[in-house]
Amino acid sequence: MATKAFQKIYTQINQITKATCSLRATGVGADELAKVNGKLAQVVKIAGDEVTLQVFEGTEGIPTNAEVVFLGKAPTLKVSEQLSGRFFNAFGDPIDGGPEIEGTEVEIGGPSVNPVRRKQPSELIATGIAGIDLNNTLVSGQKIPFFADPDQPFNQVMAMVALRAKTDKIILGGMGMTNDDYLYFKNVFSNAGALDRIISFMNTTEDPPVERLLIPDMALTAAEYFAVEHNEKVLVLLTDMTSYADALAIVSNRMDQIPSKDSMPGSLYSDLAKIYEKAVQFPSGGSITIIAVTTLSGGDITHAVPDNTGYITEGQLFLRRDSDIGKVIVDPFRSLSRLKQLVSGKKTRKDHPQVMNAAVRLYADAANAKTKMENGFDLTNYDERALAFAKDYANQLLAIDVNVDTTEMLDVTWGLFGKYFKPEEVNIKKEFVDQYWKK
Amino acid sequence: MATKGTVSGVIANMVTLTVDGPVSQNEICYIHTGGDRLMAEVIKVVGKNVYVQVFESTRGLKVGAEAEFTGHMLEVTLGPGMLSKNYDGLQNDLDKMEGVFLKRGQYTYPLDKEKKWLFKPIVKAGDEVGPSAWLGEVEENHQPLKIMVPFQLTDKYKVKSIVTEGEYTIEDTVAVLTDKEGNDIPVNMIQKWPVKKAMTNYVEKPRPFKLLETGVRVIDTLNPIVEGGTGFIPGPFGTGKTVLQHAISKQAEADIVIIAACGERANEVVEIFTEFPELVDPHTGRKLMERTIIVANTSNMPVAAREASVYTAMTMAEFYRAMGLKVLLMADSTSRWAQALREMSNRMEELPGPDAFPMDLSAIISNFYGRAGFVHLYNGQTGSITFIGTVSPAGGNLKEPVTENTKKVARCFYALEQERADRKRYPAVNPIDSYSKYLEYPEFEKYITDRINDQWTGKVNELKTRLLRGKEIAEQINILGDDGVPVDYHETFWKSELIDFVVLQQDAFDEVDSVTPMERQEDIVNMVIDICHTDFQFDNFLEVMDYFKKMINICKQMNYSKYKSEQYESFRQQLDTLVAERCVK
Repeated sequence: MATKAFQKIYTQINQITKATCSLRATGVGADELAKVNGKLAQVVKIAGDEVTLQVFEGTEGIPTNAEVVFLGKAPTLKVSEQLSGRFFNAFGDPIDGGPEIEGTEVEIGGPSVNPVRRKQPSELIATGIAGIDLNNTLVSGQKIPFFADPDQPFNQVMAMVALRAKTDKIILGGMGMTNDDYLYFKNVFSNAGALDRIISFMNTTEDPPVERLLIPDMALTAAEYFAVEHNEKVLVLLTDMTSYADALAIVSNRMDQIPSKDSMPGSLYSDLAKIYEKAVQFPSGGSITIIAVTTLSGGDITHAVPDNTGYITEGQLFLRRDSDIGKVIVDPFRSLSRLKQLVSGKKTRKDHPQVMNAAVRLYADAANAKTKMENGFDLTNYDERALAFAKDYANQLLAIDVNVDTTEMLDVTWGLFGKYFKPEEVNIKKEFVDQYWKK
Repeated sequence: MATKGTVSGVIANMVTLTVDGPVSQNEICYIHTGGDRLMAEVIKVVGKNVYVQVFESTRGLKVGAEAEFTGHMLEVTLGPGMLSKNYDGLQNDLDKMEGVFLKRGQYTYPLDKEKKWLFKPIVKAGDEVGPSAWLGEVEENHQPLKIMVPFQLTDKYKVKSIVTEGEYTIEDTVAVLTDKEGNDIPVNMIQKWPVKKAMTNYVEKPRPFKLLETGVRVIDTLNPIVEGGTGFIPGPFGTGKTVLQHAISKQAEADIVIIAACGERANEVVEIFTEFPELVDPHTGRKLMERTIIVANTSNMPVAAREASVYTAMTMAEFYRAMGLKVLLMADSTSRWAQALREMSNRMEELPGPDAFPMDLSAIISNFYGRAGFVHLYNGQTGSITFIGTVSPAGGNLKEPVTENTKKVARCFYALEQERADRKRYPAVNPIDSYSKYLEYPEFEKYITDRINDQWTGKVNELKTRLLRGKEIAEQINILGDDGVPVDYHETFWKSELIDFVVLQQDAFDEVDSVTPMERQEDIVNMVIDICHTDFQFDNFLEVMDYFKKMINICKQMNYSKYKSEQYESFRQQLDTLVAERCVK
């Protein structure tokens, strides 16, 4: 957008709160960007000639006679091949010392895909982690978060998944990320020699929180460019969406909106859905897959953020430290990939769905046996076998350090079935038992 | 002259207009901005200031933009040509839209103006016709659709002329009616109706009684829903709400199925788009898509249109009901609709009710469920709308406003339970908390006696009692230990597990097990009840467990086998042998 010859400059601010300021102005459009003494701001409310601006950096030091200039456009990102391998801030400006990007300027947070123009996701994303590939298979075009407590190694697992998955581009959107984690991702990606297919939009804990609100839209606008224009498979990593929701709550609070559950704005569901629903499989072959992180407080998934997220995303992944084997595992009970049935047994071996369900059911029996044991009751022979099975199952399959292909995972599971159980205890269709049962 | 307005304020999708003439509540207007026309609905009027909710993104909208009012409320266009269509919440035909992305201000006509339909007259010139009377018939996807007296006409009319059998487009005049004053009213195949107004073109709405078969055992056997009944499925995320809803919409014995995907995932709608044209209706042998209409307003589509989408779907259902058809309407999820109401109420700065929902939420929900039902039409025929909505309770807590208010009006309650889902016991419908009020209706009792036999309800109640008893024993065993209770407690517990595994649990992704016709359900129930009534000989509780695990495994293999196939009969024999092993007689 060319600079206008005559830009009207306003210098009379009527009201200033911690995140917003208002002034009298005319000819202003909804969602338009403005600069208040050089700080970027966006129009959030127009009532007659009274315009309320949300100042991304915060309003510290803004005087009542600040210079306000309206830019006549919503937030934009310049997109081109040059984005690859670069690091940006929430406004899409480079922070890696490299040159400015040249390309087409597009508004972020663009329109949704017409549902009838979507294609049903059907391509498996292999990660080598059995807790994911075997029990909760990921599919391209899916959106799925890790629900994790802040002390869990979700960023490591996410980086591992990103590097193992066969995708053309990885776009990292960091919201409220610590500087240390930011450097971790940068190191892992550059050590893997993958830097040229990574694009990062970063808002660290050192940056103003409200700026975070732009990160997902920036990352997804870049993703749409590569998926639509170049038919590429794009994986978008968003961490941490709870920080994003916190920023939403701050803004809505400053605007005197009535909070709903857990002090979150009433529109939280729509706000999150607008982001996650950008995950899509295009008929032309391009796709956007979103893996996000939602940090929990004390494992509470009934809090508004994980709760609304769960209703939007296609499943969720839980990590848990298994004290029996002393490793972090992907929790088979609470984790779920809703799209797994599109590939499991279709793109993988036919016995996959039944083997997966049977193993989880037996693992649940082991959990019951453990409760019994802890309550001081005698264990039956079945209980003991279930417990032994659970230990092997966790060690050889659920642990996040496993890296094998799906067929091998199935063979390992059949091996464990044969080692500890009789066919009638496993409850699998006879044709599979006849073919795969190992004595 | 149409009323005009100018924009005086914008907060997200709520816009205030200053108007120069009369406007009515819920009237539709179009706001012009940057070459786009944005559809909006009046939600509040204060003097010359009118508050409207815009059904699209308001990005870039400026004060001073012009708006024109249309003089009518949000309405749908009804007629032949709606089956197998994919609409958005405002009844735009999604397939007619250009490009991969939805374009703001793009509205497409829901019907096909070019297509010719074979019209067969039902009445003849000189006949007297009443409101919504059937004038003629056209066939769409093998469904006999009626062309009716326009719904706005509520008096008696004389048929002045009617065309002969032949091919006509929806805009051709097929009949001319004369009213009492002698005015001629030309009638074509198109009807219009405001979505927020319930159609009342029927004589009476008696209590529904006819079983609506869904092929899902936990519904048909334990908590049946009936033609014209209402039900709801609440459940935390990940407990299989959508899988259950899809199963019902695939298998239910209905003429027309309307699916309102309201504020849910787009990929779920894509699943329907992809699968339904391939899947076969188990009752007619035709493709499922032929009887299905999808109203898709997914969660990333504009919020205000989400609220409209459930009304759009309900109005279409009422249109088909007036033709004497059996309609099944599914809405996934009504919580998203309630949230859309909350977002608007919040922007209008109304005083909030519980959980910041609008105060009239309860009335809105009950009025909506009230539009479903089984009706006697003026011509003696019957029609029905069966409505099943899902509810997504925040935090899985059923004590929240949407669930509580829905519970007051819906007659069937299918509670999905996290614990069952965690243990992969699908469908995760809690057998003890769930209910169907229809089981208590004498009308239903009579119907099911004629259809199956007079012992059916007794058996169903016995299954429920046994499940409850099994749960109580499981709790006692947890406290006292396996040795702490008598052996016959274990037997009773495992009999309830047998009911759980064989009757309740059903594999929605298995070709055979996913649909169980009523006849087979009867067989399964008889088989399970017979086993429950058999006394077995056990020396200790370990024997009980091993024995019943074997039995459950055989019964499950039966469920996976084609009904009465060789394989099925061989499992049946294995079962009989196993039962004989320990049976005391």
